[in-house]
Parts: sequence; structure tokens; C-alpha cells
Amino acid sequence: MKSRLFQGASLCVAALSVFASAALAQTRTKLTAYTALENDQLPPFKAAIEAAVPDVEIVWVRDSTGVITARFLAEKDNPRADLVIGLAATSTLLFEKMNLLESYSPTGADKLRPAFRDGAGDYTWTGTAAILAVVCYNTVEAKKANAVAPVSWDDLTKADFKGKVVMPHPASSGTGYLQVAAWLQLMGEEKGWAFMDKLHDNVAVYTHSGSAPCVQAAKGERMVGIGFDMRGAREKTNGAPIDLIVPKEGVGWDVETTAIVKGTKNLAAAKKVADWTATKGANELFSKYSAIVAHPEVKNAPPNYPAEAEGKLVKNDFAWMAAERDRILKEWVKRYESKAQPK
Amino acid sequence: MNESFARPLVRESTIANALVATLIVTLILMIGWPLWALLSKSLQDGTGAFIGLANFRTYFSTPSMVAALVNSLWVAALTTTIVVPLAFVYAYALTRSRMPGKGLFTALALLPIFAPSLLSAISLIYLFGNQGFLKELLLGHSIYGPIGIVFAESCYCFPHAVMIIATGLRLADGRLYEVAEALGTRPSRVFFTITLPGVRYAAISAAFVVFTLVITDFGIPKVIGGQFSVLATDAYKQIVGQQNFEMGAVVGLVLLVPAILAFFVDRHIQKRQVALLSARAVPYEPKPAPGRDLALTLFCLAIASVLVAMLGMAIWASFIRYWPYNLSLTLANYEFENFEPGAWGPYLTSLKMAGLVAVLGTALIFTGAYLVEKTKVAAPLRGIAHFLAMLPMAVPGLVLGLGYVFFINTKGSPFGVLYGTLAVLVINTVAHFYTVGHITATTALKQIDPEFEAVSSSLKVPFWVTFRRVTMPISMPAILDIAVYMFVNAMTTISAVIFLYGPATKLASISVIHMDESGATAPAAAMATCIVLTAIAAKLIHLVMDKLVFERLQAWRRR
Amino acid sequence: MASSQRQTEGTAGAPFVSIRSLDKFYGSFKALADINLDVARGEFVSFLGPSGCGKTTLLRAIAGLDRQSSGSIAIGGRDVSQAPPSERDFGIVFQSYALFPNLTIAENIGYGLVNRRRPRDEITARVQELLAMVGLPGQAGKYPAQLSGGQQQRVALARALATSPGLLLLDEPLSALDAQVRIRLREEIREVQKRLGVTTFMVTHDQEEALSMADRIVVMNHGVIEQIGTPEEIYRAPSTPFVADFIGRINLLPGVLREAGRVEVAERVFSCPASSDLAPGSKIEVGIRPEAIRVRGVSGNEANAVRVRIHDLEFLGAFCRALLAVEARPDLHLVADFSANLMRDLALAEGMVIPVELPVEALRLFPARSAA
Ligand SMILES: Nc1ncnc2c1ncn2[C@@H]1O[C@H](COP(=O)(O)OP(=O)(O)O)[C@@H](O)[C@H]1O
Ligand SMILES: [Mg+2]
Repeated sequence: MKSRLFQGASLCVAALSVFASAALAQTRTKLTAYTALENDQLPPFKAAIEAAVPDVEIVWVRDSTGVITARFLAEKDNPRADLVIGLAATSTLLFEKMNLLESYSPTGADKLRPAFRDGAGDYTWTGTAAILAVVCYNTVEAKKANAVAPVSWDDLTKADFKGKVVMPHPASSGTGYLQVAAWLQLMGEEKGWAFMDKLHDNVAVYTHSGSAPCVQAAKGERMVGIGFDMRGAREKTNGAPIDLIVPKEGVGWDVETTAIVKGTKNLAAAKKVADWTATKGANELFSKYSAIVAHPEVKNAPPNYPAEAEGKLVKNDFAWMAAERDRILKEWVKRYESKAQPK
Repeated sequence: MNESFARPLVRESTIANALVATLIVTLILMIGWPLWALLSKSLQDGTGAFIGLANFRTYFSTPSMVAALVNSLWVAALTTTIVVPLAFVYAYALTRSRMPGKGLFTALALLPIFAPSLLSAISLIYLFGNQGFLKELLLGHSIYGPIGIVFAESCYCFPHAVMIIATGLRLADGRLYEVAEALGTRPSRVFFTITLPGVRYAAISAAFVVFTLVITDFGIPKVIGGQFSVLATDAYKQIVGQQNFEMGAVVGLVLLVPAILAFFVDRHIQKRQVALLSARAVPYEPKPAPGRDLALTLFCLAIASVLVAMLGMAIWASFIRYWPYNLSLTLANYEFENFEPGAWGPYLTSLKMAGLVAVLGTALIFTGAYLVEKTKVAAPLRGIAHFLAMLPMAVPGLVLGLGYVFFINTKGSPFGVLYGTLAVLVINTVAHFYTVGHITATTALKQIDPEFEAVSSSLKVPFWVTFRRVTMPISMPAILDIAVYMFVNAMTTISAVIFLYGPATKLASISVIHMDESGATAPAAAMATCIVLTAIAAKLIHLVMDKLVFERLQAWRRR
Repeated sequence: MASSQRQTEGTAGAPFVSIRSLDKFYGSFKALADINLDVARGEFVSFLGPSGCGKTTLLRAIAGLDRQSSGSIAIGGRDVSQAPPSERDFGIVFQSYALFPNLTIAENIGYGLVNRRRPRDEITARVQELLAMVGLPGQAGKYPAQLSGGQQQRVALARALATSPGLLLLDEPLSALDAQVRIRLREEIREVQKRLGVTTFMVTHDQEEALSMADRIVVMNHGVIEQIGTPEEIYRAPSTPFVADFIGRINLLPGVLREAGRVEVAERVFSCPASSDLAPGSKIEVGIRPEAIRVRGVSGNEANAVRVRIHDLEFLGAFCRALLAVEARPDLHLVADFSANLMRDLALAEGMVIPVELPVEALRLFPARSAA
């Protein structure tokens, strides 16, 4: 009897505490953030934001850059996001042009490196970190195939690599698009497409995610992966037999950005989160996942990261990249869609 | 005595009619309306204006889309051609031989049911991928693409085909074989004149089921399809990747065609099968034939090994530290916080979702079947309710999921609040698997004396009391069956929910897709392993509970 | 069909159950046609007829389980035509027993009582009383599966009677039981019914059952009532050839009515009872039951005597069934039952030619069936 009573009481207490914590959660403002950050970045980012801005709770909606961008555009009449965090500048620029972003300059944004600041028109987005595309080259597989390590993009079109190259689909992956845009800017439209036509013959598959190519190269599933820089470095640190190669012509890059969605019901809270992204503390967190971050005082040399990469960034015209995104992707799909991995 | 004649405020038949009407409205909202939304979306442009068949014209004039359609058709056809004969021999061994360990072989054949379809695809990557240790068997061909899809789909569909064909083989009339033997008929002739014709309908039915399963499966082509696009991944690409809802709706409708065709052919065949059944048959007792039994045992062993390998490879892979360069074992791949923003959250959400589906779905399905089968309701209401209950069978999960997207996402829809909630996942999953539960419930209810309700009404006991005191307790085994079926399917389903989950309601199966997408294959295998083990555990608990219910709580079954 | 409108005696005062012009259609199939029936309180009425003739349909219409297509039903003076079963006042027993397998015998019997919010003691006492009445004391705690078929049917009866209904409906209650149990239960049911004075309808296709149990029998065929009457009336004075043939056996010979009391069969004129409703010259069928054909002490000179050849003798224990061929018209056959006594006394054997008499009072005249 007694134990029954006790059980009952403890059940009540348990129930009450559940309600209490639910009630506590209720008092925090839920912010829905659309993001293309890597999966493993999300928990620490959420924890850091919620520690810095205690009255918000971050709810992530994550997918690859292309998917999140398409989703954001599809919902433009009825936005469901409060913020975008960690989305490529080419996408946020597009949103800015469509007048979908709130004009706000976070405190301290003026101290950030110029490339990481919204340079034109209303100030809507703030960069956090750079994403680069590098070549992940599996040395074990290369040895088996007697292949010579590539030093330039053109090397990748050699017969050695037939069916052994994997790169991200530019329509869904931000890494994919920034590299396609880089080739077109480096070589010019005509030569750029001609190069991609030749590369296409060597590509085994265009993956949905920007991480996948270096992972596949790391595991020897493919010999060469053109993919997200930090993923490659991480795989190498984990013991993968890969080299991270920076082709001599230069590599593509983009900036991950934060912006507030126009019409959010939680503007005040969103501004606090935007402020946080410009702090040095936040940039220290970013630097755990990126080699190059917005804050000029935060320097970082991730293990196994190719030191020469920063010097080899192509000259990016973000405005062009954003404005031409739709056209370039259409052209790309027309030419190469048949080898795309199902998204 | 006169008080007992008094007309009650509301008559039972009124209540029954009202309940069935409620059921109908519920089913229309759950099944009918989403399909309608899908259909109407396919006839609209991006702004919602009616444009007739223009989307279909665009579809059929876009080479990459037609290519996916053609791919889907031939892959499904090839899988069917492979699976049905294999399943036939396997089912033949289970029903017509004296092979030892039939129980075990049955259980092994059913294994794939407990896993998400893409599990076998993940295993195939490890076995036959560019680093797979059986890669040489492919003679230079790539597992990414049709080979992998057909192989993985064959595993995934195998249990369904075996179950259907075995049921057909069990219906055989033993007397026919005795007569044939008495007439000295050669065994091969017996096989071709008695066995094959007898199981013909089951085989056709199995073929259609397999074809539909393959053509509408999403998980396998997503994981192992490589550059090979099919209808299901096309739909996903249109909807999720490009947010092109209208074209997604068109793909959904194209997917619906073979499924509906299969449904009607199957209905037709079922009717024939009933006619076969109604003759008073004597169960067939296989005679000993050591040669045949040995051959069949070896065959089943081979097939079962493949199925076990498919499961085992993924489980093993989930413990490998760094494939293929470091094969030491680790639990690191189960530390989902490193690969998945929700960490273990999706798994818990899946459990919650499957639990709710099992409880609420079973309650709805069984009560609904009871109302339709046992109460005195107006015949048209009964007909409509039954039709709606059978409808999901003809609607692939992917198509239903698309319907829900449009149903919820259309501007001004009162159901917009459901967007991304657990509720919509539960409702959609219940709808998706409604029919099998409904058939199970109806079959169980048909076996209960139809006069119980008559007796009750003569005793002035309302039908809901009899439902609670008699019908439900008697049907407990069937109710448990339905609940476990719903649970297992809710755990493993992908195709419908991939369009519907929200930030807070990502499911384990979707997490598998996402992790695999980003190259985290081992953690994906780990999450898939969690799903399989949970589903198998649910089945084992079911078996134990069945024993308990039968032997303790249902003393009345003993003589 | 002629007699379905006929009001039968035995309905002194207002009838307890009164059925008027009842029709029942299943689609275009007419399962019941123009059923009229009055039953007095306390009567035991049996619906008898071949399988598929509509007996169960009629019973279920009375119960309200399957509503009639048209016509009315009154029970206890109240029109219940549109009332659902729960607003009629009956207990019902089915051939399948329909016992709830997961409830004990006591719970089964008390099923209708519990719902009426009677005190628990009262229910227990009532269940004990009913168990004693149907001869199953001490079985209260068992489950139906642990009882024999006969015992289960007793439980079903007790359950139907538990709420003291004004009407008891039995649908082939005994046909699932074996012969001996069936005969014992017949008596028990009849006894309980008499004791309680509950008006009872019983569906059966077994004429013996109907004859031995019912106060009155409703003979049905193809959805119509052929005849209503006491077992004796039905047997002695069947009003249609169908009834005559269904209840016991009868020889039917085609003939023509010459004048009142004179009928011509096979070019011979026989005396027959005077019939009021048949016009002279009309085609008729003459019926005589096998056991009514006289053999003993027939000289051959009686008015209705005929010489017959014993074509075949079938030994059936207490009597022999003889197939007789009329000597003058060998294509005309009669079936007669000869007692063992008679067989011995007259040393009857196949092939013998003997005179038999068709007693005037045993002949029944029926209008000829148009088709046959
Ligand atoms: N639910 C039904 N639908 C169609 N026909 C029915 C139905 N129930 C009974 N019948 C038909 O009505 C006739 C009478 O049936 P029934 O009353 O059950 O006969 P019985 O005299 O054997 O009890 C039969 O021909 C039967 O086939
Ligand atoms: Mg009947």
C-alpha cells in the first residue's frame, strides 16, 4: 500500500517536473534557423547561441544549400524561418535582391574582414566563415592505379581519372556551385564549360552533398573528390589516406552568412543572434570548423589543412555569382544532369 | 416491463450511423482529400491557376524525366522476374517439402520486413562498392546504379512475395495429389498440371505486389542509385530539391498508375482465388523425398544466407572504425551527436511516432472495421467506408506523402498548423498502412459469430458494451497483430514521411538518408541497425505477449 | 395459399403478436410475401418449412434484426414495425448458441441483467435460479468451450430468458445437436416454456420437432404461409398438397371432380368427401396418406376398392413401405405403409395382387396445381 502511494507520488512529481521544464522552454523564444551547415556543427552552434542569448531556443532546419535555398524561395509568401545561419552568400545575395531579408547590421560587423560583410545596398547579411573546394586525393587508390597526382584542374581531365572523380551537384550543394562558378570566372564562360565537358567524362557521380566527395575519396570509394575543404582535412586527421590538393589555378570559395528573414515575428531575438555571429567568441567557434573566418583576429590552422589554400582563392564576384546562379545551374543541368546522384 | 420498451433519446442505429459517418469523414480527410490535392496540384501552375494537362506535357517532353520513368519500369520488371521465381521455390520448400527447420527459414525470409528498405543498399555498398570485399564478383560493373537497385530491391521485396506464394501453395487440395499418385502420374507432370495452375493466381498477385513495391520505393535508389534516376527519386528531387510542387505532383500521379493497375488486377485475382478455396480441400502432406528435400534445403540456405548477410553486413559496418582502412570495432558510429544535429532525437521521435501509430492507428482501424462489419449501418455508408479503407492499398506511400504536402501546404489550408508536426506523421503513417490492418481486423471480425450483436440487442445491451466486453477481448490476437504491423512499418517507413517531417520531428529513417547523403555511411548503418533491432524487438515482444494473452488472460480458449 | 388469410381459432381476445401483410425483399427477390399471423399470449408457435423458405427471415423480422420491406408487426398491442430490436421485448436463441466465449456461464446468463443496473446480489440469485431451471447448477464459473453442445444450448436459453422477455425466439435451436440430446432438449424447452408461459416462436425444418413441440404450426414455402394450424389439423387436414407432402407422406393422384362426393381417377369413379369450394368438372388431385390405405378385411367389393400388385417392399423396422401398382393401370403407383402385424397375418410378398380400399373419409381433394 505504502509503496503504491510512494509510486503514485513520485509519478506526480515526475509529471510535474516535465510540465515545469516544458513551461520553462515555453518562455524562451523559438527561432527557426534555416541552415546548410554540416550536421556535426549544429549541436555546438545551438549550444553556443543559446548560452550567449539565453532567452532563445534555436530550431534547425538543415539541408544542403540548394534544397534550403529552394525551400526558402518556395515559402517566400509565407516564410517559416526567422533566420538563415551558415548559408552561402550566393543564396543570401539572391534573397537580398528579392527583398526577403531584414536590413540589419550586427554590432561589431564593421570590424570583420571586408569579404565577410554585405558590401552593397542595404546591409542584410554578415559572413561567418569561408567554405572552399579542394581536391581530396586518395593516395592508396592512386598507387594501385599508378596515377600521377594532379596539380592543376586540367590534370583531372586525364584518362587516369576516368570514372574516378566525384564532385557535388551544384544545384543542391553550395560547394558544388562555388566551384562551378570559380571555373567559369577563372577560365571564362566558353573555356569553363569546355573544361567541365571534359571533366564530366571522368566524373563517376555528382553527389547531393558537398561533404560526400571527400568522404568517398577518404574511404577509397572514389580516387578523387572535389569537395568541402574542412571535411577533407577532418577525414585525413581521422586516418584517411588522402592528400588535400589545391590546384595551381586557384580554388572556388564562398562565404557562409547569417541574415534575418524579413517579416519574422521574433525580430528582437533574431537581432541578438545576429549580433552574436559577429563576436570574436563566435568566430572562435567557427574556426573549429573552418580555416578562414570573418573575424580578423581569429587565426586558425586546422590539422592537415593545406596552408597554401588561403593564397589560392579565386577572385569571386559574389554579385555575379548570385545573379547568374539560376542561369548557370540551368545550363549545368542541361549538360550533365544524367549523372546526378538522386537528391 | 414497460420502462424497457421506452424509446431511448438517441437510438443505437443513429449512433452507429453517426460513428460510421465520422469514420468516413476521418478517412476522407486522411486519404481522399490528400489524393485530391495531389490530382488538382498536377493540373495547376506555380501560382495555383488551372492549366489542364500542361504539366503532363512538360513531363513527357522532358527527356530526363521520361528516362527516369523508363528506368523505373525496367528495373521493377527485372526485379519482379528475379524475385517471383526465387520466392516460388522458397515458398515451395516451406510448404511442399520435408525440409528441416521450416520455422527458422520462414523467420529468415521475413527478416527484410523489419528493416528500412535502404538497409540492404547500404550493405551492398560495403559488399560490392568500389572498396567492397566481394567487388570482383561484379566483373568490373558498378554496384551504383541498376545492378545495386535490382539486387537490393530483390531482398526488400522477397518476404512479401514468399508470403503471398506460400499462402497460395498452402491452399492446395491434398486429394488432387492423391488421385494423381493413384493414377501413376509422373512427378513433373503433377507439378505442371496441379501445382503450377493452383498457385498461378498467387504468383501473379506476388508479381504485382513486387512490381509496385519496387517502382515506388525511394530509399534504395536514393542510397545506391548513383547516377541512375528513377521515378521515386525524381519526385523527391522535384519536391524537396527544387520545390517544384506541380511537377512533383505529376510524378506522383505517374507512380499511381502501376499501383492502381496492380490493385485492381489483384482484386480480380483474389476473387478467383476464393472460388478455388471454397471447395472443401484436404491439406497437402508432403511425402518424404530426400533428394528433393536436400536440394530445397540448400537453395533456402543460400537465399537465407544472402538475406542474413544483407542485415549482418550493415550491422557489422556500423561498428567499423574507418572502412576500409581500419576495420577495428568501435561504438563511435553510434555517437550520433557527431553526425546528426538531433543526435538520438530522430530515433526517439521514431519510437514515439511508431508507438502512437500502433496505439491510435490500431484503435481507429479496429473500431472502424467493427463499425463497418458488425453494426447496423446504412448500406451506402458501409460501402463508402469500406472503399476508403481499401484505398490506401492502391496508393504508394510516396504518393500519399506528396498528397499530404499539397493538402497541408496549399495556401489557406486549415491544416497548415499540422506542417511538420508529429501529428501529421502519425496520421499519414496510419493512412499509409491502413488497409492491411483493416483486412486483418475484418477477417478476425468475420470469424466471430455474427449473432453476438443480435443477442446483445435482444438483451438491450448496446453494441459498444458488447464491443468492449466481448468482441475486443476475443479479437486480442488480431489487435496485437495490427499494432505490431503498424509499429514495425512506422519504424521503417521513409517514402511518405520524407516530405512531411519538420525541424522537431525528424525520424530515424530520414536521419539514415541524411547521414548517408553526407557520406557518413557507417553512422547511417548504425541508425538503420537501431531501427531493425527495435522492430525485431517489437515482434519478439509480440510473440511473448501473444503467448501470455493466450495462456494466461484467455483461459476461455482452453477446453 | 388460400389459407394464409384464414384466421385460425385459438386467438381468444386480443392477439399478443399480430403480423399484417408483411413482405420482405432482398433486392428483387421476394423472401416473404403477404404474411398474416396472430398469436395468443403464451402460445408456442413453430415456423416449419424447407430450407430457404423464409422462416428465419420472418423470425428476424419479428425480432427487428432485419426490417421488413412492408407490413406491420405488433407485440403486446404495441406497433413495433419500426422499432429496433432493443425496443422490442424478446429473448433469442440461435442454432450456433452465440455464447460469448470469453465470458463465464454466469456472465453470459447475466449479460442482459448487468446492463440494467440491478444490484449484484439480485443478479447472482437470478443467474443461479436460471441455471437450476435449465439443469446446469454448479457450472456458473466455466467457460462455454468447456461445455457440451447441449449444455451450451441450455445456457443460451437461460440467457435469453434472463430478462423475462415477453417473447422467446428460437432459430433452429436443436439442429446442431445429435439426435438423443435433441429429443431430451425438446421436452425441456417445452416444459420451461409452459412453466413460464412465455410466447414462443421456433424456426425448424424438422417436422417431427414442430409436431411434438408446437401448439400451432405455421407451414411455409417459398416465402408464403401455406397453412396455420395445430399439429393435428396440419396432419389430418393439410390444406395444400405441399403441406400434405411436407408433413408426413401422401399419395397424390390426378383426377376430375364429377359431382359433389364423386371423383374420377384413372377412368374410375371413387366416392370422396363432399367438397364445398371445388366446382364439378374441375381438375383436382386426390390425396391419401400411406398409412390410411386399408388392406385388412378388404373383399374387393367396397366402393373405393382397387386391385393392386405389390411392386416393391421396403423393410423399415416397425413397418414396411410398399410400392403398389394399380392392376388396371400399372403406370399408377401408390405408396402404402403395412404394419409388421399385417405383413405377418396376410403373408404379403412382392408380386402378390391384393385388393385395397381407399377409405372415403381418408381422401383429401386439392385443386390441381397448374404447372404440375
Ligand atoms: N441477406 C440476404 N440477402 C439476400 N437473400 C437472402 C438474405 N437472407 C436470406 N436470403 C434469402 O431469403 C430466403 C429465405 O432465407 P431464410 O429465411 O434464411 O430461410 P430459412 O427458411 O431456411 O430460414 C433464401 O432464399 C435466402 O437465400
Ligand atoms: Mg433458417
